[in-house]
Amino acid sequence: MQNIQSTQHDQEMVYDIVIIGAGVVGCAMARRFSIEGASVLIIEKAADILDGASKANSAILHTGFDAPNGSLELSCIKAGYQEYQEIHEQLQLPIMKTGAIVVAWNAVEEARLGRLMDHARTNGIEDIELLTAKQITEKEPHLSRSARGGFHVPREYVIDPWTSPYAYLMQAIENGARVLRNAEIKSGAFDGTHWRLHTPHDTIRCRTTINCAGLYGDHVDTTLNGKSSFEIRPRKGQFLVYDKAANALISSIILPVPSETTKGIVVCRTIFGNLLVGPTAEEQESRNDASVQKGMLNFLREKAEQMIPELSNQTITATYAGIRPATKSKDYQIQHDVDRHYISVGGIRSTGLSAALGIASYVYDKYSNAGYKHNVPEPLNWPTVQPIAETEPRDWSKPDNGGVICHCELVTRREVQQALEGPLAANSIGGLKRRTRVTMGRCQGFYCSAQLSEMTAGKFDQPLGIGATADDK
Amino acid sequence: MTNKTSTRTIPAPCPATCDVAVIGGGPSGLAAATRLKQLGINSVHVLERESEAGGIPRHCGHPPFGMREFKRCLTGPDYALRLVQRAKKAGVQIHTNTSVVGLHKAGKLTVTNDMGTSEITPKCVVISTGVRETPRAPRFVSGERPLGVLTTGALQSMIYLKKTIPFKRPVIIGTELVSFSALLTCRSGGIKPAAMIEPQDRITARSFCRPLPILMGVPLYLNTQIVEIIGKERVSAIRLVNAKGLEQTITCDGVLFTGQFTPESSLLRMAHLNVDQQCGGPIVDQFGRCSDPTYFATGNLLRPVETAGWCWQEGRRTADYVALGLANELPAHDQLCNVLSRGPAIKFVVPQVLSLPLGNHGAKTLQLRFSTTTTGRLSVRYGGKTVWSRNISAKPERRVLIPIPKDIKPIDGASLEINFDD
Repeated sequence: MQNIQSTQHDQEMVYDIVIIGAGVVGCAMARRFSIEGASVLIIEKAADILDGASKANSAILHTGFDAPNGSLELSCIKAGYQEYQEIHEQLQLPIMKTGAIVVAWNAVEEARLGRLMDHARTNGIEDIELLTAKQITEKEPHLSRSARGGFHVPREYVIDPWTSPYAYLMQAIENGARVLRNAEIKSGAFDGTHWRLHTPHDTIRCRTTINCAGLYGDHVDTTLNGKSSFEIRPRKGQFLVYDKAANALISSIILPVPSETTKGIVVCRTIFGNLLVGPTAEEQESRNDASVQKGMLNFLREKAEQMIPELSNQTITATYAGIRPATKSKDYQIQHDVDRHYISVGGIRSTGLSAALGIASYVYDKYSNAGYKHNVPEPLNWPTVQPIAETEPRDWSKPDNGGVICHCELVTRREVQQALEGPLAANSIGGLKRRTRVTMGRCQGFYCSAQLSEMTAGKFDQPLGIGATADDK
Repeated sequence: MTNKTSTRTIPAPCPATCDVAVIGGGPSGLAAATRLKQLGINSVHVLERESEAGGIPRHCGHPPFGMREFKRCLTGPDYALRLVQRAKKAGVQIHTNTSVVGLHKAGKLTVTNDMGTSEITPKCVVISTGVRETPRAPRFVSGERPLGVLTTGALQSMIYLKKTIPFKRPVIIGTELVSFSALLTCRSGGIKPAAMIEPQDRITARSFCRPLPILMGVPLYLNTQIVEIIGKERVSAIRLVNAKGLEQTITCDGVLFTGQFTPESSLLRMAHLNVDQQCGGPIVDQFGRCSDPTYFATGNLLRPVETAGWCWQEGRRTADYVALGLANELPAHDQLCNVLSRGPAIKFVVPQVLSLPLGNHGAKTLQLRFSTTTTGRLSVRYGGKTVWSRNISAKPERRVLIPIPKDIKPIDGASLEINFDD
């Protein structure tokens, strides 16, 4: 176990690699380069990791059956999928093997099924299977009978969208990586051998810079190189989360027949035992406007109830929106400027969670092909990460948990304390939610807010309690 | 016994079996448990997930509580403390920091606390998990999701239990009784609300609450709805619209969503017990028996929402029925007559079924709520005949009681129909 001191940024150090952006791609990148032996610093402009596009997605581990044929996206998804299978047990990351059904709801969609299945087979996903309306009803009895047909994609799975990248970064840290949060890149210069990067509080030196800045990828490119080969076109997606009782209404991921621009509205279980509906796909200028709109939420609810009529009796526990870093291109934008020791990883739109490990390996291969080599750490360290998924025994079932604090999500005092400690201690309520799920249940903090404000006092930039009560004596 | 060397309270171990387990130690649960002991039931255990029993009144640091129960006017915390003391004195075992995480057939419960999980199989279970307010998300309010958006429950526990404030100038959404409790809570915490918002043309709570905002200098906007929450890290303003479609923006640093209570029935929904979609609580008969008759429900879990005093009384009555049940003196739970409501104005009716034949015991009235302000004729039909009717003037969130007809003879498949014609 490393002490906290050694995981902090060292101004004197020249890192092999600086990664800009601690989203899912940045975390996977940090892991890959650290376990290959590079010295790594990952910097994040937000108070905590996973605060941009990575904080809101549908948590599906995609096979890539519907990715563009022959695309970089497809090869990264497939490689990422494969590596996730290989490492998930060692990192104690759960997989919920739900499978997916692509459902056609009208004749037009039904007519497109054959082409989609051909597409999937071209992508190497051979184990798909055509389903009649009757077979769909047998598999999913709560689904509306208006489903006309579809096909089964058995290896589309549901994973934990936050613990996974958290575990990647923890493994990076345990193999020597360092993390700097609240550190936005303001400027930088390359002198032919080294980069010198400036954040408001720190100067950082490194040999190679990797831009994983997601929604701000083009901005970071421009800041450091004066230009960017892509332009981010933010696409907002709003989601609804139903309470845990709704989880029993489906077993598979229910996918629509995708359109040219979007995968469409998905209904799936979450690994936390809820039911998720979304996302919408709304083009917008803003890169940080993750507001929800009543009209869109109503639209999602109607859509969900059309697909699963019994949802009309179920409680909605949360609504949220995420922003995907799309570009005008349909493929990822990964460029290696060998001369400037600079790699830009951009346009990782909605498939980042599935592809992150694959993207990291792809980038590492480009890097090592340029002649870089490091000493692989021996032995490789594997962190222990407390599972928060419902598929695993949770902390509340174990002794000395300190009691349950968040009753809706059954989060224990010990879980909250652990999330507030260590090299990746939560720095914001958002970060604490992602690590533990506190306040994310049906009561949204009715019961636990007071305890949390006490436990987190002095730890967050934006505290839950802003002061003491006035003396009313 | 407490372990004084530890900073944690070590919960008393839960027994493997007992006569009655009560889930939730609020006014109704404590009243039921206390009464059961008074009726001579041997082992009665209250399972309370919070660090102290007492329920919601623990968070309400203002009067009036306890008129019915203690014949005096108490603050919420004093009242909660007295309920707990009375229960303990009667011999009730209270297990705090103890959560029930699973309900199984015939009363078996999965329970967790600091020691991990265990199972209890009581002869009978009383569920009294109360209500919670509807937070922002299910209300579908547009906007960003900044800090400073709370419910009354969260605000009260911050202020009364932890002496900390989440904002200084919030807007209060709603005008139920609890909304005025929130107003008083703000005052005691030194918080000055920027406004109070109500979509209807009158306040939902009874008219004695009406002068409170004026006295506190808080503008009350009737016919007004919240449109959007504005603010990145913390709330900076909200946008409102009135009935004429005029919009205005109010600067504030918080939004307090009050009321719109919903029964805390998640445990039941995930178990084998049937839930009434209209009121959100379990489907019960006139004794509070659930679809698995080992389980009884009482208090605000039955329906949103009544005062602590009402729930206390309900708890006591439920205890009587539980005691009868333990003595095998309740009618069987196999000949059920459904109670159905007709017309969109009626929000819900509790109980939802009657166990026939009706005896001398059990609830004597049906509890109704209306969803709108309306007047009309309320009637009860059974077996093709009108057995009761009355003209009423109803308002939302106000209790309406209908006597359960005494002379219901079992007719195969017949339902008791509640009709409202406006």
